[in-house]
Amino acid sequence: MPDFDAIVVGGGLVGAAVAYGLARRGKKAVVLDEGDIAHRASRGNFGLVWVQSKGFGVPEYQRWTRRSSEDWVAFSAELQQETGIYSGHERPGGVTICLTEAEFAKRSERMAQLHLEAGNTGFDYEMLDHAALKKRILAIGPTVTGASFTPYDGHANPLTTLRALHAALLKRGSVYVPHARVEHINAAPNQFSITRNGVTYAAPRLVLGAGLGNNPLGKLVGLNVPVHPSRGQIIVTERVQPVLPMPTLMIRQTVEGTLMIGESREDAGFDDTTSPEILHTLADRAVKTFPFLRDTRIVRTWAALRVMAPDGLPIYEQSREYPGAFVCTCHSGVTLAAAHALHYAGYVIDGALPPELARFSTRRFDVQAAA
Amino acid sequence: MFKLLPDNAATTVTVMVNGKTVSVPQGFTAAAAMLLQGNGATRTSALSGEGRAPYCMMGVCFECLMDINGEPNQQGCLVTVTEGMRINAQHGKRMVAE
Repeated sequence: MPDFDAIVVGGGLVGAAVAYGLARRGKKAVVLDEGDIAHRASRGNFGLVWVQSKGFGVPEYQRWTRRSSEDWVAFSAELQQETGIYSGHERPGGVTICLTEAEFAKRSERMAQLHLEAGNTGFDYEMLDHAALKKRILAIGPTVTGASFTPYDGHANPLTTLRALHAALLKRGSVYVPHARVEHINAAPNQFSITRNGVTYAAPRLVLGAGLGNNPLGKLVGLNVPVHPSRGQIIVTERVQPVLPMPTLMIRQTVEGTLMIGESREDAGFDDTTSPEILHTLADRAVKTFPFLRDTRIVRTWAALRVMAPDGLPIYEQSREYPGAFVCTCHSGVTLAAAHALHYAGYVIDGALPPELARFSTRRFDVQAAA
Repeated sequence: MFKLLPDNAATTVTVMVNGKTVSVPQGFTAAAAMLLQGNGATRTSALSGEGRAPYCMMGVCFECLMDINGEPNQQGCLVTVTEGMRINAQHGKRMVAE
């Protein structure tokens, strides 16, 4: 029976980040990954490392996201040093574009609220009018009203980040097992085992990092993980010369020159196909924002499923029934990858989540029946 | 390396490939017209700058990107030649007007 320090279920950005985090602390993890039949949110991700839209009314989320964004710089350098693979991470700041006065007014209000809620942590932002924005991003169209800017935002390549995490965790002696869909877990406090393809993996810790799969998996170890799919659609263009010096919430240019256009949200169940209506809306807004896109060739489109909790926040919890079993799930697997690798993995080893993550406990779902 | 079928060269059209006037069989694609010149690479990579050439010839691999009649980054294997067509190598990333 191969023995490990932790079993991690899920080999996407969340599972791989936690597994790498364990490995970099000298722990041996085994990653059980379902296979390409899985929904694979990490492969369809837009790739923002984004702070400025996160945590209205939930300063804990703002702080956790901001911390990850700050950690990303060292995290990316570490991955490159470990594996030679560049995550594509850049942190030039980012903007949320407003196309009307109403959007601009609403955005100003929200940024002011975030600033207020940040308290002593501080929250630097600027509301840029058209002229000020034009100085930073020459390509904006004449009808753009303005934008909000924070220096905390950036972006990365989800695919190379995932590849780097896998290479790094293997290099550190952890193990990756593909085609290992988990349906049964033998659970006792701090004692877990899973048998797949005739091999039994045992460890004192279990981490569920399986995206939408965490919902059914959680039930096996006494964890309530009510995540549901939220579909996002993405348009991808040909490669062009560098034209966007920083990402916007909806459009970013990759280091390879590709422009990606995203930011749709739909409840479409597990249907991960694209629809002309949504793609039309995305393209229309994109062309209003950056008119040069009108003459830019679209090379592909896709849809993917976000892993969404009812309140949109991450879910971090340790099972009370089976201590040692943790869940780590969110819809921002790229943004929070640094926090998951550098911090969450440490909490798993310690066997306790810190008070600053209490807001993300599953306890918040327990009060619904009161009415 | 590339040989034409016997009945393929009956009618030809005149196109410009990298500034040079050439005759190619009617029905050829821009990518085929480029390959017929036997110059090896037909573009340079947008990332590494290395030379690249058409590969799948069926619209999938995007290796045959070329500038056709002034419009960059077109898949040459999907465009049929027409009289007077200007076909040029695609060098790296295309420019955009800001």
